[in-house]
Amino acid sequence: MTSAAPPRRRPRRSPSTWVRGGGLSTLVLLLPMLLVFGLFSWWPIVRSFVMSLQVTNLVGPAEWVGLDNFQAVLADPMLGTALWNTVYFALLALIFGYPVPLVLAVLMSDLRRGKGVYSTLAYLPVVVPPAVAVLLWKFFYDASPSGVFNTILGWVGLGPVPWLEDTSWAMPSLVVEATWAAAGGTVIIYLAALVSVPPELYDAAEIDGSGIWRKIWHVTLPQMRTILLITLVLQIIGTAQVFLEPYLFTDGGPDNSTTTLLLLVYDYAFGNSLGGDYGKATALSLMLAGGLAILSAVYFRLTRRWSDS
Amino acid sequence: MKQHRKRIAAVVAVAASATVLAACGSGDDDAEADGKVTITVEGWRPGDEQATADSVKDLVKEFNKANPDIVVEPKEWEWKAETFPAQLAGGTLPTTFRVPFTDTLGLVQRKQIADVTEQVEALPYADSFNESVLAAAQDADGNIYGLPSDVYGMGLHYNRQLFEEAGLDPDKPPTTWDEVQAYAKQITDETGQPGYAQMTKDNTGGWLLTTLTYAHGGRIEETDGDTTKAVIDNPETAEVLQRLHEMRWDDKSMGSNLLLDWAGINQAFAAGKVGMYVGGSDVYNALVTTNSVDPDTYGLTIVPLTDSPDAGILGGGSVSVVNAKASKAEKEAAVKWNDFFRVRKLVEEDAAVLDAKTLAASDQPIGTPLLPVFDEETWKQQREWIADYINVPVDQMTGFTDNIFGQNLVAEPPSHTQEVYGVLDAVVQKVLSDENADIAELLSTANGEAERILAQ
Repeated sequence: MTSAAPPRRRPRRSPSTWVRGGGLSTLVLLLPMLLVFGLFSWWPIVRSFVMSLQVTNLVGPAEWVGLDNFQAVLADPMLGTALWNTVYFALLALIFGYPVPLVLAVLMSDLRRGKGVYSTLAYLPVVVPPAVAVLLWKFFYDASPSGVFNTILGWVGLGPVPWLEDTSWAMPSLVVEATWAAAGGTVIIYLAALVSVPPELYDAAEIDGSGIWRKIWHVTLPQMRTILLITLVLQIIGTAQVFLEPYLFTDGGPDNSTTTLLLLVYDYAFGNSLGGDYGKATALSLMLAGGLAILSAVYFRLTRRWSDS
Repeated sequence: MKQHRKRIAAVVAVAASATVLAACGSGDDDAEADGKVTITVEGWRPGDEQATADSVKDLVKEFNKANPDIVVEPKEWEWKAETFPAQLAGGTLPTTFRVPFTDTLGLVQRKQIADVTEQVEALPYADSFNESVLAAAQDADGNIYGLPSDVYGMGLHYNRQLFEEAGLDPDKPPTTWDEVQAYAKQITDETGQPGYAQMTKDNTGGWLLTTLTYAHGGRIEETDGDTTKAVIDNPETAEVLQRLHEMRWDDKSMGSNLLLDWAGINQAFAAGKVGMYVGGSDVYNALVTTNSVDPDTYGLTIVPLTDSPDAGILGGGSVSVVNAKASKAEKEAAVKWNDFFRVRKLVEEDAAVLDAKTLAASDQPIGTPLLPVFDEETWKQQREWIADYINVPVDQMTGFTDNIFGQNLVAEPPSHTQEVYGVLDAVVQKVLSDENADIAELLSTANGEAERILAQ
């Protein structure tokens, strides 16, 4: 039996067969979505490319300046400060923020009762509007001895701590709030992933004499690695774009200790009205986007082997 | 059947997206089709009471009696560098609005506001402006970009109730910086509230450091011919920072929440949580309309000046400018409105009384101390015209009103003002957040940074 079936010729699709096959209605159904995405998502991206090569006042015609905006950004001494602050925020968020949802999810999945209550509680901060959350935390972070956190510390004879008013305390304070605000979403993702771990694996591990930690290490984490790798890269991308916390809590202060890259972008464009430098702002945004794209690509390449399950 | 349903769905989808596009496209109405000009104008600030909005609407009606061909639509609006570009690009900016002196020059340089020289020069009082005030609305060639108004000098605001609780006489506010420091300590020691607070955020830190530097006889920028250089590294600024450092760390009279902006410090003051602070002399209006301050607790005096012959008080104000996209007819209408709404009331009795009467009808603050847009004589005359309507506690402001004309008014740093203020923000924040801050080194670094900005 050596004869193989003759290669099947791909039928040529004429426009009418394409239409009859549902191609047109697919396209038409897609159209509103494409329009909305194109108009509000992709067009602004294209515009920012164009704008990064221009100087404009948004009234008259823009002037092309080549790579001048990029050069100006690279020559700005604030760039180094902002880059370091962003990396510092991302690092702190990784150390504090990355394990917290995982631990919470593992603990919650082991609960026999009240799982719903706990997952609701964990998710609640995500539902609170970010600006409201920051206002709330500003009360907590009141630096006077009568502030909420300082009162609690006072009970055990500590503090008062200048949470947002000190160059070395400000950034960790922002990270704690950001972790609180974002952990809930990741907890839900992990809880869903934990459900998909086959219970037989735990049973087998138990027969082999594993305790809870060995079960987590040898069963839970390996089973969740794909999702863990994705949340990690999402977190890095997210924290590299941190804006809300430094903007609303400290406006980059004290002494620029919380000025992040995105806050610098904002400052170029709007912060000091005599700057009004939309070209520099878009140039830095593009550099950040490019950097993150490269980082993500490298990350996925390096971890491809691990995520193959 | 299935195919049929698909087709219907497709038609519905297309129709829906067409509607969306149509909605995006509409909205442009032809303002001058019926011979009338429609302008949108800055009416009141976000957060203002309904009564403030009502009084503006009443003034619009008065304006329309004399100008039936102009339709004025007042909007809730406030100058914000953040929202300005989007509104400008999106076409939602009012036809005319106020911009602080500090920001006008930048908008002129970027051609984002309209040249209204012709319209302003047609006004009867065009020649009698105080030159240094009009300069805030002009470019280097003397072209005029708006009508200046709301000219203020910086003043020292204090809480009379906290003064009393601390055993101080609220009718004898401090007259030297040593007294400010001592009173602040006494207030904190006796009441537990910060005796003195200062703005530090969003470029207000630089604004205030400049004010205090001027009061000590120093300057932030010096202009020689065409070049402006930074002179931040000067003994007066160092002295100011040294005193702030003492008040923060030794006297502990500045409280512990130090990242304050304009709105934040006003809120804290109105809530009785600040003994004294420096701000524009007209801030009482915002304290009433936005923060509901208790008038009995409010006191205003001049910022103490040192003996230095160069010591002076920083002044500022607003320029009512016109959108760069406005047509000629809109520009004319806008200047007419600004003349009516902001300036004529300063030079004509009828206009002054009408304005005061309308404001009084909705319980708006009248008589908050401002500085002359023209000359001192006109200013005093105007106060007399509206004397019957003045409802702010003027007796609690005599420390300012009796002494301000003896103070030398100094304009804000002329070049890259806000950016230089931004550099100074970091200096003030460092001194107030780090007990070991090296003031000399901070000033030298800041000077270098400001020089770099000025060289751009």
